[in-house]
Amino acid sequence: MISLAGRDIMHSWGKFIFTGAGLGLLIGVTLSMAGIYRGMVDDAKVLLDNSGADLWVVQKDTLGPYAEPSSIYDDTWRGIRSMPGVSRTANVTYLTMQVRQGERDVRAMISGVTTGEPGTPGWPPYLVGGRQITRGHYEAVADVAAGFKLGERIKIRRNSYTVVGLTRRMVSSNGDPMVFIPLKDAQEAQFLKDNDAILQQRRRAAVNPAFNRPGVPGLLDAVIALQSTNPYVNAVLVQVASGHSAEEVAASIRRWKRLTVYTRSQMEEILVGKLIATSAKQIGMFLVILSIVSAAIVAFIIYTLTLGKIREIAVLKLIGTRNRTIAGLIMQQAIALGVIGFVVGKITATLVMAPIFPKYVLLEPLDSVKGFVAVVVICVISSIIAIRAALKVDPAEAIGG
Amino acid sequence: MTGTGIRIEGLRKRYGSGDTAVDALKKVDMQVFPGEVVGLIGPSGSGKSTLLKCLGAVIEPTSGRMVLDDEVIYDDGWKVKDLRALRRDSIGFIFQAPYLISFLDVTDNIALLPMLAGKPNAEARGQALDLLKALDVEHRAKAMPSQLSGGEQQRVAIARGLVNRPPVILADEPTAPLDSERALAVIRILNEMARKYETAIIVVTHDEKIIPTFKRIYHIRDGVTYEEAGQGLEF
Repeated sequence: MISLAGRDIMHSWGKFIFTGAGLGLLIGVTLSMAGIYRGMVDDAKVLLDNSGADLWVVQKDTLGPYAEPSSIYDDTWRGIRSMPGVSRTANVTYLTMQVRQGERDVRAMISGVTTGEPGTPGWPPYLVGGRQITRGHYEAVADVAAGFKLGERIKIRRNSYTVVGLTRRMVSSNGDPMVFIPLKDAQEAQFLKDNDAILQQRRRAAVNPAFNRPGVPGLLDAVIALQSTNPYVNAVLVQVASGHSAEEVAASIRRWKRLTVYTRSQMEEILVGKLIATSAKQIGMFLVILSIVSAAIVAFIIYTLTLGKIREIAVLKLIGTRNRTIAGLIMQQAIALGVIGFVVGKITATLVMAPIFPKYVLLEPLDSVKGFVAVVVICVISSIIAIRAALKVDPAEAIGG
Repeated sequence: MTGTGIRIEGLRKRYGSGDTAVDALKKVDMQVFPGEVVGLIGPSGSGKSTLLKCLGAVIEPTSGRMVLDDEVIYDDGWKVKDLRALRRDSIGFIFQAPYLISFLDVTDNIALLPMLAGKPNAEARGQALDLLKALDVEHRAKAMPSQLSGGEQQRVAIARGLVNRPPVILADEPTAPLDSERALAVIRILNEMARKYETAIIVVTHDEKIIPTFKRIYHIRDGVTYEEAGQGLEF
C-alpha cells in the first residue's frame, strides 16, 4: 500500500515546507527558552564550581552570599582556618554594580578576592589571557563576556583598575559577567560614600556630645576611623582537607562559631531552587504558552488542509478506504509538519538564537529529545480535530444530489 | 462472467418519520444484466440520487430487496456485514466530476482500489496500466490529474470504476461536463467496457445527447421506476 500522506506531502511540498518553517521558528523559540533555563542553572553551578569552595560560611540565619545579604567580620576566617578538617579559607565579597569603561558601562558582579595564589578559593580557576591579580590594589581580572580587553582601565565606584587578566564562564546567577578585584578594594567599594556624605558624617560625629566627653581624648578620632572602614566580608570560602567530610566540618563550624554554613549541595539548592526559581517559573509558563500556541497552529493548519480535501476524503470513503487509513493520512501529515518544524527549530535555536542571545543558552541533547517527543505528541493531539472532521465526512457527498 | 448483474425489487426509502416523513423512493424495481448499460432518467427531486446512494450501499433503504450477482445484499436490512468492502470490491463509481485524488498520479489513482483490497502494489499497478491501455490513455500513466484534459480525466475515472472488476458500476451524470462528441465517446467506452468486462452499468443522466444511445431506460418519477425500451442508436 502506498503512503497517501507521503504522496500528498510530495505533491504540495512547498506548502508543507513553508508552514513547517513557520512552525519551526516557534519551536526554535521554545527550545531556546528551555536552553535559557538550562543556561541559568549551569551558570549557577559554574559559579559554585569556579569558587573552588567546599563550604560557604555566612552570617547566621541568612542565605548568603548569593541569595541574601550576608555580613561577617573579615577576621572570622582565622578561627575557621584552625578548625579540624579545614584545608584553606578565604574571605570573599560580592557586589553587583555598573562598571564603567570609557564611555560605556557594563553590569557586572564584582568579586573581592584575597591575595594568594592560583587555587585560592574565590579566585578565577583559569585565565584565557593575561595573569592573575598580583598587587594588593587596583588590578582586575574580568570575564570575557564583559567585553573588556587586557590593559584597559575600568572604573569601579571612584577607583580605576587595570584589567590584567581575562577569564571565561565566570558569571553570576543572573548571567552578569564577573570582575575580580582585591578584597580590600571590594570592601571599600561596598560601602564607599561620596565626599559630601563623609564630611557630613564627620560633622555629625564631631557635634555629638557622647563622642566628646571630657577626659576621653581620642574617642572622636576612633569613632570616625571606625565609621570610615569596612571590616566585613560577605562570606568565608572553605576548602575541606582530604579525608574529611564536608558535612562534618560544616557541623563543627556551625556549633563552635555560631555561623551558618552551606555545603555545595545546599548552596546549589539555594541558587537553583530559590534564586532562579521565579525565572524558572516564568520560563516554564512561556514554554506552556508556546506549546499551546504551537498546538493551536498545527491543529489549525492540519484542519485547513483536511477541509481542502473533503471531497477527496468522501471519494476515498466511498471507494472503500478504511477510516484508519484516512486518520493515518492526516496524522502522518501532522507528524511530518512537526518533524519539519522541529528540524527548522533546532537549527534556528542552535545556529541563530543561542549565539546572539544576551544570556548563556545551553541546548542539551536530552532537552532536544524531549522537545522532539513533545512536538510529535502535540502534532498527534492537534490532528485529532481534523481526523474527527474527516471521519464525519459522509461518503454520499461524493455522489451528487 | 457468470453473474446476473443487479436486481432490485420493491425498494423503498423513507426520510424522517410521522407527519414530516418523506418517501423518496416508493417502489423501485430494476434489473440490469452483465454487459448492459441502462439509463436512469428523471427530473430533479424524483429520487435518482437517493436510489444511487441506496444502490451504492451508502445509505440504507427502508425496505425492499437487492441482489447483486446472485447474492442477496439487502432484504429489509443489509445482509452484508462489511459495506465498505462491498463498495470497494463489488460496486464501481463514476461521478459527474472525475474526483480523482489530486496528489496521486493517474496509475495510482486507479491502482489505489486494488491496493486497498490488499493486492501488492506491482500487481495493482499492472491492472491499472491494462485498463489505461484499454481506454487509450496509457501515455498519461505518470501524469497528475491536474495535467489531464476533461475527457482524459473522465476516462481515468472510468478505469478506476472498473479496476476491481465490479459486477455493477453506478455512473452519476458522467457526461454532464462534456460536449456532445466527448459525451458520446464516454458512452461508447462504457458500452465497450460493459461488454468486455461483463459489467452492469447504470447511468444516471439528464443529458439529452446520450439518452437515445440506451437500449433500455428506467424512468423514475416521485420515487417510482418505470421501464422503457430505448432507441439504442449506434454511434
